[in-house]
Amino acid sequence: MWNNLFPNIEMQDLWVATYETFYMTIFALIGTFIFGILLGLLLYLTMKGGIWQNKILNIMVASIVNIFRAIPFIILILLLFPFTDFLIGTIRGPNAALPALIIGSAPFYGRLVEIALKEVDKGVIEAAKAMGAKTRTIIFRVLLPESMPALVSGITVTAINLIGYTAMAGVIGAGGLGNYAYFFGFQRREFDVVFVCTVLIVLIVFLFQFIGDYISNKIDKR
Amino acid sequence: MISIEGLTKIFSTTTKNRITAVDDLTLDIKEGEIFGVIGYSGAGKSTFVRLVNRLEEPSAGKVVIDNQDITTLNSNQLRLTRQEIGMIFQHFNLLWSRTVKDNIAFPLEISGVPKREREERVGELIKLVGLAGRENAYPSQLSGGQKQRVGIARALANRPKVLLCDEATSALDPETTNAILDLLVDINEKLGLTIILITHEMHVIRKICNQVAVMEEGRIVEQGDVLDVFLHPKQRVTKKFVEQVMGTEGEHNGVEELVNMYESGKIVRLHFVGESANQALISHVARSFNIDINILQGKITQMQQGAYGTLFVQIDGHTDEIERAITYITDETSVEVEVVRNVE
Repeated sequence: MWNNLFPNIEMQDLWVATYETFYMTIFALIGTFIFGILLGLLLYLTMKGGIWQNKILNIMVASIVNIFRAIPFIILILLLFPFTDFLIGTIRGPNAALPALIIGSAPFYGRLVEIALKEVDKGVIEAAKAMGAKTRTIIFRVLLPESMPALVSGITVTAINLIGYTAMAGVIGAGGLGNYAYFFGFQRREFDVVFVCTVLIVLIVFLFQFIGDYISNKIDKR
Repeated sequence: MISIEGLTKIFSTTTKNRITAVDDLTLDIKEGEIFGVIGYSGAGKSTFVRLVNRLEEPSAGKVVIDNQDITTLNSNQLRLTRQEIGMIFQHFNLLWSRTVKDNIAFPLEISGVPKREREERVGELIKLVGLAGRENAYPSQLSGGQKQRVGIARALANRPKVLLCDEATSALDPETTNAILDLLVDINEKLGLTIILITHEMHVIRKICNQVAVMEEGRIVEQGDVLDVFLHPKQRVTKKFVEQVMGTEGEHNGVEELVNMYESGKIVRLHFVGESANQALISHVARSFNIDINILQGKITQMQQGAYGTLFVQIDGHTDEIERAITYITDETSVEVEVVRNVE
């Protein structure tokens, strides 16, 4: 039955491709989370009326974020080839995709982080200041915990973008389901492979969305 | 305890547009006092209280708390000093992500109290503000009054010498307001804490304050003992605030009618100014002298320092006896007597 419907699927290859997609998504997500929060915090703290109000730094960070968000991802990967080669030592495989994935999605997540932080009640920050809190305490004990549900739903949206990016990266040799669908499905005209890969990617997207929604709801005590 | 000298705050929205929110304010607040600042919105009272702990930077002037000049501290010293100044807010400003006990523990974490001591202190505070049994609730599960109790417990955690209350009861219903005010008086008495309280509601001042300052357009227009201010409001704005509690001066308008309606005897206005001993005044006078007293109109309200209000009464009887009764009230009690109409 399976072999009749999907004559060209190699279970071993499919398994490896799925694993690579997860690998790229999860590691890129961790990097994006860290750099995105850094960028978001910088944008938030340096804005007008912020704790580290600094117009020049704010404009610089905002420009970097805007430029990287403006570059189409497929072009970003090509632009980053020398950098990737220097950093990872190769431009092929899942690891080589990580720098581009992180640099492509961290600015996007950074903006979401900035929005989430702006939603934190000013009064609570003021209360913390009135208690004599250090900026570090305000960041780690007030800003981040109080915006956590929005940070989680933001990373969920970013994760889904990232899954799309991994497929794109796959087409130029990063591995994963995109790679498998393109080289083994599209180029060989074996469309059952494309179909199965699509279904798997959709399932992965659903899985991330479900996990994200669950965590976000769980931690939201408002 | 707290002395404020020439405190000024100017907001410059643009280079041309400057707003003087607090204008050359000078004040002295004694230790253990509940000092009320009242004013309409925009009077600068909220800015004033935020200048005290430098949540707003003063444009000029000095704030000295407990012999320490707050205005000259660097940011690190200021941070440490702020740990000794509690503050509560109109909208409570609790962290929704923390439970009641973790909210109260927050200022203790900031001041670096070890975990075990923290837990002990939080336990005491929860009892003090009457929240036992709600330790593990999140703020969203609490009523407004309970949230403010958490706010108060949190403000008291580091054993401050001063408590700043920025419209602390303005978001609460009247009954809850009273409960919170009772709690503040209780804390003031138990801990000897100096409280600065900002409000736009005169009954809050009436209920718990010793001293009051009335603010208008960034200045203090009237200041003094709460009873004095109630009794002899000088400024128009103060009179309006007093009317909030005492009702409008309808009594004055009605006086002529009273005089016409009750033809015999003397009509007298009694001014009650504190001292609960006078509360049995009417029955006492009626028993001691051979007169009849008929209460015509009036309003008495209870304040932190006793009863305050006016009564219009008709005194009927022999003229000499009436005179003796009035002399007695004037000389022996703190009630002021004003004769509205003499015996014809």
